[in-house]
Amino acid sequence: MIHETYQFVVLIPYAAALLLVALPGYRTGAIVNVVASGLTFAAGLWLVGGERTVGHYAIVDEFNIVFIAINTLVGFTTSIFSASYIGHEIETGRLPPNFVRFYHAMFQAMMGSMNVALVANNIGVMWVGLEIATLITVVMVGLYRTPQSIEAAWKYFILASVGISLAFFGTILIYLAGQPALGEGVPAMTWSLLEAAAAKMDPAILDLAFIFLLIGYGTKVGLAPLHAWLPDAHAEGPTPISAVLSGLLLNVALYALLRFKMVIAGQPAALDPGPVMITMGLVSLIFAAFMLYQRRDIKRLFAYSSIEHMGLIVFAFGMGGPLANFAGLLHMAMHSLTKSGIFFAVGHIAQAKGTQRIAEITGLSETHPRLAVAFALAVLAICGMPPFGVFASEFLILTTTFAREPWLALLPAFGLLVAFGALLMRLQGTIFGEPTGAAHPVKASFVPIIMHLLLVLTAGIYLPAALVAWFRRAAELLG
Amino acid sequence: MNEVYDISHLLAGVMLVTSFALLYQERIASVLNAFAAQSITLALAVAWAAWSQDRPDLFITALIALTLKGIIIPVALHRTVTRLGIHREVEKVVGVGIALMVGLALTGLAQALLMKVAHGPLSYASEQLALALAIILLGFLMMIVRRNAVTQVVGFMSMENGLILAATGARGMPLVVEVSVAFSVLIALFVFAVFVFRIRERFDTIDIEALDRMRGDRR
Repeated sequence: MIHETYQFVVLIPYAAALLLVALPGYRTGAIVNVVASGLTFAAGLWLVGGERTVGHYAIVDEFNIVFIAINTLVGFTTSIFSASYIGHEIETGRLPPNFVRFYHAMFQAMMGSMNVALVANNIGVMWVGLEIATLITVVMVGLYRTPQSIEAAWKYFILASVGISLAFFGTILIYLAGQPALGEGVPAMTWSLLEAAAAKMDPAILDLAFIFLLIGYGTKVGLAPLHAWLPDAHAEGPTPISAVLSGLLLNVALYALLRFKMVIAGQPAALDPGPVMITMGLVSLIFAAFMLYQRRDIKRLFAYSSIEHMGLIVFAFGMGGPLANFAGLLHMAMHSLTKSGIFFAVGHIAQAKGTQRIAEITGLSETHPRLAVAFALAVLAICGMPPFGVFASEFLILTTTFAREPWLALLPAFGLLVAFGALLMRLQGTIFGEPTGAAHPVKASFVPIIMHLLLVLTAGIYLPAALVAWFRRAAELLG
Repeated sequence: MNEVYDISHLLAGVMLVTSFALLYQERIASVLNAFAAQSITLALAVAWAAWSQDRPDLFITALIALTLKGIIIPVALHRTVTRLGIHREVEKVVGVGIALMVGLALTGLAQALLMKVAHGPLSYASEQLALALAIILLGFLMMIVRRNAVTQVVGFMSMENGLILAATGARGMPLVVEVSVAFSVLIALFVFAVFVFRIRERFDTIDIEALDRMRGDRR
């Protein structure tokens, strides 16, 4: 049945996970991983082209389809990158081959769980999907079993469990708020019904619920001051996981937050989430921008850059209104593509130099010219240089803010400039200068990086009218 | 209907008392006993809710709480602690006095927050939710003020107890959620088990402080 296409984006990854558990040999595993991710992406595209439905179990509307599209696309490209990355890790002996079977199965299970969280028409099921995806990434972060990676995974786990619990308490409160209008049982946990019945809910409970949800899911989005897990988790796990964390998991958590914002927006007497989100977004943005200067580890550097961009996106959604929401969605898409592209490049660079220390990564333009060019372009893109798409979305966020609150626009602009300086400084050091230390040859797969860069570049130069119309409808749903 | 709420409040109150008890234990063995007591009380509270709300599905949740968190996990952790012969005494970041004072403040905070919803159609749930929130916050507190990995695990599970109490307090919340909570606890335990073993393997201790040396940028 065509109106149940959503099942494919969930079932394909889970079936692949089961298959991968059974399959010996990492090469076959990597191929199955790529094929399954490709099929999921195809199912995602089919969903984009299909009709929008609100069913008993699943909801597919203009808003979450944006997230599903990004999720399946980046999942697909990451699986291609992962195949070459993991191959190298096995050759150098950093990962035992039997771990890799587990790694591939976990990768698919994580993609499936994220898709569950995105399509579920139930606040409880969404919570479960997001939690399973998070717990899987915790295990993946500890995959190398070095003291650093275990410490990172432990910290991630402790902070994530704080987030898990608070978000669940918030979920219970939302259910209670919906109960008088919708009755006991499943209806009071259904997104579509909750959104429709919001006006009849008790504003005091909604206020309380939103605070719990903001702190709970905000921990996962990586908003300061709840971000402490994020840099460690990015730096110590395998790089494909860093790419998926930055590019996708943060988005899924943001999706949860925005859905709840839509519910709460339906009750005018409840607290306005906007100012709270603006404040948290700006604090994250400016804090992370300054933190960029002190980083010595290259993956940690880009983890802070993710905090910075998530801050900007939350800021845009906090501003609200069709234009700012549009800009926020666009920036989210651009950030996912660019940041995962950067992690693809960084993964190969770290393998080539045998280190993640920025000080020891120099002169890439001489030793690995193609990698250097790809990395430089991706970093310039994330800095917000034209003609890349990140420039367009950042420009849109700043101009809409400027039109409404001129003074407020100075803060994000300041944060972006600070971050720009830091990243450019680091970029110069790694690309130019005397090559030092090891320079292993890497069989890098450039396809995913080039795909992402091309998409970001195209979005910067020309946004198709259909895409604009789609994002605009999604932005309107957000209110 | 009043005695229904009186009994559920009594049980929730006993759970809160065990949460405080968890905070001042000197030995790991007694921490585990206090946790077992809390889980068994939770099982009773959930069973009472199942009976009084006429929701037989909740008996499953009660059974899970009783067997898994009341018996199996405490026994397993007792054995682990004995076998590894580590840190029989609870190591504290702050003293018992301060921890208890902060705990009291958190309980007050939970009451004050839920006071806001204590009117209208949901007044029935607000008391139990306030107690549950206090248990959750005390679980966090325990995770913060204890160094040992085992006591942090107990803090986490005590927090989960609070969550289940809250979920049963919300009348008619679908079973999906209770099963999922149990499920997530299982996964969490799996994760924890992996870590406890790996940490043991790496450091010959499950003292979290040993991990603190790794903090900050990789050198």
